[in-house]
Amino acid sequence: MTGSLRQWLASDQPASRRQAVLGNLARGAKAIITNPAALTGLLIVIALLIVALFAPLIAGRISPIAQDLAARLAPPSSAHWFGTDELGRDIYARTVHGARVTLTIVMLVAVFVAPIGLAVGTAAGYLGGWVDALLMRITDIFLAFPRLVLALAFAAALGPGIENAVIAISLTAWPPYARIARAETVTIARSDFIAAVVLQGAASARILFRHIVPLCLSSVIVRLTLDMAGIILTAAGLGFLGLGAQPPTAEWGAMVSSGRDVILDQWWVATIPGLAIFIVSLGFNLLGDGLRDVLDPKNA
Amino acid sequence: MIEVSNLAVTFRNGGRPVHAVRGVSFSVAEGETFGIVGESGSGKSTVLKAVAGLCATAGPSLTINGAAMGAKRSKAERRLMQFVFQDPYGSLHPRQTVDDMLREPLLIHGVTGVDAKVAEALADVGLEPQHRFRFPHQLSGGQRQRMAIARALILRPRILLLDEPTSALDVSIQAEILNLLSRLRRGYQLTSILVSHDLAVVAHLCSRIAIMQQGLLVEMLDVESLRRGQAKEAYTLELIAASRGYARAGQVTGSLLPAGKGSDMAGLARAVAVESRPGPSQGSGRD
Repeated sequence: MTGSLRQWLASDQPASRRQAVLGNLARGAKAIITNPAALTGLLIVIALLIVALFAPLIAGRISPIAQDLAARLAPPSSAHWFGTDELGRDIYARTVHGARVTLTIVMLVAVFVAPIGLAVGTAAGYLGGWVDALLMRITDIFLAFPRLVLALAFAAALGPGIENAVIAISLTAWPPYARIARAETVTIARSDFIAAVVLQGAASARILFRHIVPLCLSSVIVRLTLDMAGIILTAAGLGFLGLGAQPPTAEWGAMVSSGRDVILDQWWVATIPGLAIFIVSLGFNLLGDGLRDVLDPKNA
Repeated sequence: MIEVSNLAVTFRNGGRPVHAVRGVSFSVAEGETFGIVGESGSGKSTVLKAVAGLCATAGPSLTINGAAMGAKRSKAERRLMQFVFQDPYGSLHPRQTVDDMLREPLLIHGVTGVDAKVAEALADVGLEPQHRFRFPHQLSGGQRQRMAIARALILRPRILLLDEPTSALDVSIQAEILNLLSRLRRGYQLTSILVSHDLAVVAHLCSRIAIMQQGLLVEMLDVESLRRGQAKEAYTLELIAASRGYARAGQVTGSLLPAGKGSDMAGLARAVAVESRPGPSQGSGRD
């Protein structure tokens, strides 16, 4: 059964459209799985997903916000695997629950940033003229601000909180995507295969979404996974400055921030969430590298 | 079928106007194959692109199937006329399969019976059913150009515009594609314009031929007078002489080749003589 399925997927003479599409997906998946770095990244991201999804189960019955002032700043032990923080909260439980916050931020930012950047960039690149000038100058204005400072300003203006942190990060993260998408669109729009669709009578929207966006998509997805690390760090930075998730919510950046005062004597308070940020960022980076190899049309 | 009167195309090259086409007029009758020949930068491809509506013209100068063409064309006007590009490596979407690309024009025009039409179009140009779900990079140059021809013909246009359809291909494949084109032209009763720098290709397919030089139409002649070498303009005679090659080097004044290498270099000489003539640099990119 599995043998015949494998043959069916690997066939270079697919009999139906579905078989052709599934076969290509299978080849892409195989390329990621057989690349050790990409596979490591994929496993880390999957692990993050599982931890975030089943946080209460994985953390056991320990609450991430339950305080135990008698056991504050306790070192790692069998009772508290990663020790406790300055309010006696279990760092293991907080790190596990923090994965949810991190994942929420990363997902929401990705959902906002990629479509905005793609839409602005491809529209500017394809339509040209004053549309291009207007959209790109707006992009320039956003690019001109240092990212964290702009996010800080937005977070300060909108008030602290996860949702506002997401909005602030998204508003500062889209311009590079618009730039990439525009640069690719300008070259693609001049090619003969786009002229061929124009001559077939396709409307501009159809050309943009069906012919240009799919070609820009791969570089945007790759850029997004590479940026995930930066997004996590910006979120952590906002949390560190008190403008992200609010106490007592467990958020990795805020946890590092709270461990800052005791970093020499009680190293585990800041180190454990810091390690979590490091591992997840690394995971997204490795996955991004692997995706670039799979999605690049020049490699196809 | 196609009336071109006083067509002019001007590009801007860094603020400086470049007159790529300067007042070209001709007409193509229904069912006729019209050839345009000229060297690089003569404006021949630009004429074709203007007819297709791919570049802006100075003023209204095109009448197609009895209707004047404006700057913007309707879907029906687009459907009447399709284009085969010179470079089969650049004219196919790199991330779409043959099937995707052939379905697209049918979906745009809301044609029904898509699957059967795609299969038929593939068979028409001599592609096998197993090529249907291939990506362009999985096809050879000749197969790609067949695919481009299938895409142009799937909407059953009445006019087919061919921009050097064989010049990017290997010599043996060129012959195949030319035979395919001449077969399809009869089968589909196409009116077509063929642009080429190769007089032999044009003479093979066309009944009437226009010679262009530096954006101007130098001479118009039928294929019989071309074969007999009965041209009036000196430039046309030069082109004809160049296309025959330099059988005896040194006889033609201004030969670029040393004596004694004439026979084996004839093909190259032809290409060199036609392609490397100094002309004004035109903004049209390539011809």
